[in-house]
Amino acid sequence: MLNYLITGISLGSVYAIIALGYTMVYGIAKMLNFAHGDVIMIGGYAAFCAGAYMGWPTPCAILFSVFVCTVLGMMIEKLAYKPLRNATSLAVLITAIGVSYFLQNMALLIWTSNPKSFPNMVSFIPSINLGSVTISSTTIATIAASVIIMIALTLFTEKTKMGKAMRAVSEDKGAAQLMGINVNATISVTFAIGSGLAAIAGVLLCSAYPTLVPTTGSLPGIKAFTAAVLGGIGSIPGAMLGGILLGLLETFAKAYISTQLSDAIVFGALIVVLIVRPTGLLGKKITEKV
Amino acid sequence: MSEINETKYVEVPGPGKIPERDMGKGPVLEASHLGIDFGGLTAVDEFNIALGATEIGGLIGPNGAGKTTVFNLLTKVYQPTRGVILLDGKDTHGMNTTQVNQAGIARTFQNIRLFDKLTVEDNVKIGLHNSIGYHTPAGVFRLPNYWKEEKKAHNKALELLDIFGMADMAGVKASSLPYGAQRRLEIVRALATNPKLLLLDEPAAGMNPSETEELMNNIRKIRDTFGIAVLLIEHDMNLVMGICENIIVLNFGKIIAKGTPSEIQTNPKVIEAYLGSQATEGEGK
Amino acid sequence: MANQKSFLSKISKNSKMGFLNYGIVLLFFVVITILRSTGTLSNTMNGQLIPICSYIIVALALNLVVGISGELSLGHAGFMSIGAFSGVVISGALKYSGFANPVMRLVTAIVVGAFIAAIAGILIGIPVLRLRGDYLAIVTLAFGEIIKNVLNCLYVGVDENGLHFSVTDEVHMDMAANGKTLIKGPQGAVGVEKIATFVAGIILLFVVLFIIQNLVNSRTGRAIMAIRDNRIAAEASGINVTKYKMVAFVTSAAIAGAAGALYGLNFSTIVPKKFDFNTSILILVFVVLGGIGNLTGTIIAAALLTVLPELLREFQDYRMLAYAIVLILVMIATNNEKIRSLWKRFFSKKDKEEQKA
Repeated sequence: MLNYLITGISLGSVYAIIALGYTMVYGIAKMLNFAHGDVIMIGGYAAFCAGAYMGWPTPCAILFSVFVCTVLGMMIEKLAYKPLRNATSLAVLITAIGVSYFLQNMALLIWTSNPKSFPNMVSFIPSINLGSVTISSTTIATIAASVIIMIALTLFTEKTKMGKAMRAVSEDKGAAQLMGINVNATISVTFAIGSGLAAIAGVLLCSAYPTLVPTTGSLPGIKAFTAAVLGGIGSIPGAMLGGILLGLLETFAKAYISTQLSDAIVFGALIVVLIVRPTGLLGKKITEKV
Repeated sequence: MSEINETKYVEVPGPGKIPERDMGKGPVLEASHLGIDFGGLTAVDEFNIALGATEIGGLIGPNGAGKTTVFNLLTKVYQPTRGVILLDGKDTHGMNTTQVNQAGIARTFQNIRLFDKLTVEDNVKIGLHNSIGYHTPAGVFRLPNYWKEEKKAHNKALELLDIFGMADMAGVKASSLPYGAQRRLEIVRALATNPKLLLLDEPAAGMNPSETEELMNNIRKIRDTFGIAVLLIEHDMNLVMGICENIIVLNFGKIIAKGTPSEIQTNPKVIEAYLGSQATEGEGK
Repeated sequence: MANQKSFLSKISKNSKMGFLNYGIVLLFFVVITILRSTGTLSNTMNGQLIPICSYIIVALALNLVVGISGELSLGHAGFMSIGAFSGVVISGALKYSGFANPVMRLVTAIVVGAFIAAIAGILIGIPVLRLRGDYLAIVTLAFGEIIKNVLNCLYVGVDENGLHFSVTDEVHMDMAANGKTLIKGPQGAVGVEKIATFVAGIILLFVVLFIIQNLVNSRTGRAIMAIRDNRIAAEASGINVTKYKMVAFVTSAAIAGAAGALYGLNFSTIVPKKFDFNTSILILVFVVLGGIGNLTGTIIAAALLTVLPELLREFQDYRMLAYAIVLILVMIATNNEKIRSLWKRFFSKKDKEEQKA
């Protein structure tokens, strides 16, 4: 029972970190960035190459992965999404899917479909023994990382000038622009942060589930997206809450109900939540001006 | 204008009075103690009105006074927090916007809301929707009923568009109409739903004086031909004072004055609301 | 008299567009038939004919939701899947009970597939259609995944007592010894008799076009489009928003189910994984590239984009990469404001020149 609880929180923390990326991008660019899951995958491969091929020490490999993803995120935004700033959301969605296919197939060409076995990059953290239960180093690293990221992001959006600019852009792009905020730069920074987080999520995800293939990011991406919606998309604490809840639900569903049906249960929970609260657990209620 | 100012009013048991000529029919709209809160904020409170069956009423007040909110309450775009709305004596409690329209209230919007990608004619046919008598299968399989009813709707739509001389624009996409024509189309669409009461939200906005003059005549014509009541929100005082028989003035969500145009024009409270307290002081000196 | 004339001219304009679509399908049929009879059609292409019909049909169905009703669905492969599996079960069960005529079985399978998908559409539509925009999209995605997941656990078999179901394994179906397993969980439908034919696909395509075009050009279609353009104005005009959104969604689900049944009965095995999120997206791409709300565009896009990857098989490694790049470029070219105004200027110039000439 306790074991499942810990596994659930650990899995949930990974979802939460990915969901944070989704939620920030959605909050500011109002777009569903379906390529986010594939940025995770690229993050995993970048860390893998730096660590396994080039023999870099772990912290350098992780930093390298964050760097690659940050640059990648900003490039994707600049090349694919920025030209569509005022286009319909459907056009942006399809473009995001195009980017997702692009990243997956690039990875397929570079690294082939043979799974890479990912080294545990966070094994330097000691695992903890609690009587019958052992908390692995990956679990500790994941939970710690998600808590630190959550706090850092909250402080960033509340206290810094850039963070305030982000909130302003997410409220009203036009008004923010009139107040002298550089909207394009703000959106770019948001993508940078979201993608940097994706790299960290990639390393943690691959440390916990060490097979790396070009589609590694797809399903966690979709589930983290579900988590973001569950918590209320656009809300940072919502993404955290949604991620943890989803991780717990998935783990317990697998343990007590059915492994095969666990995804169905997770998605079913999303639907139930949205029926009761149409904008997610912590989402703001939208009122339409007439 | 003078003819309207001479309208004789009689008291009704509800919250006001209606023109004498509408006596036999009873008021088409009676709202009492109507109010709504948004969060902790009271947007409209204690709104009372009685509107005669063929009366043209006006709702005026400074920006943000809650005029459009009253329309939204009457049409159930917002559910009222308190109060009763009787349409032709029937309580509209528990109805939604669609049902209120089917019961007899049609409206236009301050920020024009047309069906942009549909043609002018189809916009009107949406208004006629509930009077077109065939079901989905008849439409899909093109049963005789489809042809008969569609032809009837087509003729009716053109007839209604002709009130504003817009029949020749029937095939044009609604979004490509000039602004004034879009406002007129909204009125036609509302009329097409065969209402008992027509709510017009700033019908003259963006119109020049001669267009406004024409609009006034058309509103009267609509009232006379269809025998319906009209309640309108408008900032153009020439229009309001020219065609409204009874006027309600709102400020900060509350009624501050009620009466005929001449009564309203001389009401110090109204002048204060529009021009600020200094204006009344100035007049006092 | 003038009224009468414009009424007829409007009707004929709508039917012109309709006839164009029927014409395209007919042309497709004639060309393929000629190619087949002369034996010039490659085996690969021949195998693609029924999937092409299915994808065109399901794309038309999705267009009804995305283009006409203005709601985004990311789970239409789910309805296709329901149609495919129920169609396979019906066909298998009918055959088991000695009903040999393949045409009758195919028709029954398509009708039942559409019917069950419609029921799923109603069940999904009730909660989903209360939501708006992106939330609706994510819930349809979730439903698609749920359907896939549930079908992954489903076992169906038939014996002389009728159909048997289980969600755990084959044994739990409690089937008689001479029974036949039709659906085997993750392995999907196995040993399906391929009774779908190209002619059937074309006929279904005609029927679907007939239904969608007539629906759109009727009182019902008008109401659906009015809700898309302005929900609040539609409500204020007395349109029952939930009802008409539901009509569009359920009709679309039923058509997708019919397409699924056709598709499923074209392969000897079919797995639930075939109808995943990627397939839903694939269908959406047909609709978007064909021009949202444009039936002719949808037909052409669905046909071309189904065939192209097959024709480009030799470039296996690069074709999906190229697909992704083209997709992004097309979206930017058709949706970027500056490029769009360039297009407009270009075309209006051309128009003017034509007028002068």
